[in-house]
Amino acid sequence: MCYAIPAVVIKVDGQEATVDYGGVRKKVNVSLIKGVRDGDYLLVHAGFAIERMAKDEALKSLNAIQDIVGEVELDGK
Amino acid sequence: MPFIADDALAVQHLERIRETAGEIGRDVTVMEVCGGHTNVIMRYGIRQLLPSNVKLISGPGCPVCVSSQHDIDCMIRLAQEGVPVATYGDMMRVPGSDGSLEGVKAAGGRVFEVYSATEALALAGEQRDLVFFGVGFETTAPMTSYLLEKGVSVYSVHKLVPPALATLVSSNSRIDGFIDPGHVSTIIGTRPYEIIPVPQAIAGFTAERVLRALRILLEMIRDGKKTVVNCYPEAVKEEGNPEAQKLLRKHFRVCDSDWRGLGRIPQSGFEVRDASLDAKVRYADVLEGVPKAKSTGCRCAEVLMGEIEPRECPFYKRSCTPEHPRGACMVSAEGSCAISVRYVR
Repeated sequence: MCYAIPAVVIKVDGQEATVDYGGVRKKVNVSLIKGVRDGDYLLVHAGFAIERMAKDEALKSLNAIQDIVGEVELDGK
Repeated sequence: MPFIADDALAVQHLERIRETAGEIGRDVTVMEVCGGHTNVIMRYGIRQLLPSNVKLISGPGCPVCVSSQHDIDCMIRLAQEGVPVATYGDMMRVPGSDGSLEGVKAAGGRVFEVYSATEALALAGEQRDLVFFGVGFETTAPMTSYLLEKGVSVYSVHKLVPPALATLVSSNSRIDGFIDPGHVSTIIGTRPYEIIPVPQAIAGFTAERVLRALRILLEMIRDGKKTVVNCYPEAVKEEGNPEAQKLLRKHFRVCDSDWRGLGRIPQSGFEVRDASLDAKVRYADVLEGVPKAKSTGCRCAEVLMGEIEPRECPFYKRSCTPEHPRGACMVSAEGSCAISVRYVR
């Protein structure tokens, strides 16, 4: 799926990080982004972070996606 | 935001679009090539809001849909032969010439639906000789690279978008510009699109972002400019994602690839570098026996090229529905036919 969902990093743990998608937490792989830190906003696609985002943009995107998809698809898709 | 009218910026873009279309005068055709964009366009009825001389068509934005029938048949054959296989959800129900992965699973085959490469990796720990079906554009190929890095075998049908856009333009002179995909661009950046000789705008996934891209695209068409403008800067950098690109180069080489609809496009696919991890090499003897795919009358190929609308396919919503799909465009969440069923009465 094209869709990539923004999420905030709660805790980095090596190549993975626990992220929060507006309430629900999942583990994603962050090996494609250098120097990820707790509090960073990331764009996640199929369980992998593909880019860092600015907080305000991430929140805007999340709203828009929730609007289209209804309930945000949280299984990394 | 349920209505464009509630978004002042989006409304402004629409006004500029109308002005610019008036200045252009003649008919213009713009193609988008991303299932996510198709969804936004349909959801907000954007086509209906555009001036009458601006035609917005959908192109090959769905990686499952553009996988060749032969590749799909090969993947199903591997599963039928007892090879444990893992794939993203969309591939499960795509009809092959003889059955589907879902069918093989129902008959007891070791077919696993995964949501991420990480899940596939965990599965590979339990299922010896697991083959992962690498389907997707440049957004998803890096995740498959990650699996290759970890020693998981892959059957790759991954594809590159820019060569397909170049082929589309050279075979269809009607296309005046492209709305380029958002998250493919997050990975590849803006430069690979420079080979394509029409104006392009990379768009995000809100109605405002898509309209912004359309507005800028029409201005370029009006002014005769052939550049690539990044209208999704919050997620796309000019250089793309260097880590992802490095991983791609490490595990894949670019090869010629067969696309449903567009045929063979040079240098448009990703092939696994390490032959010991390439399922096409490892199971060559099994795959040799897969017969050439038969034509079914389904017009997915033309839908993908933007030549016809889904409703012009004789099977659309008759013998081909989301519950009983006959072609890839109806199965995949990003397929034009599936999206059309969702939004069009």
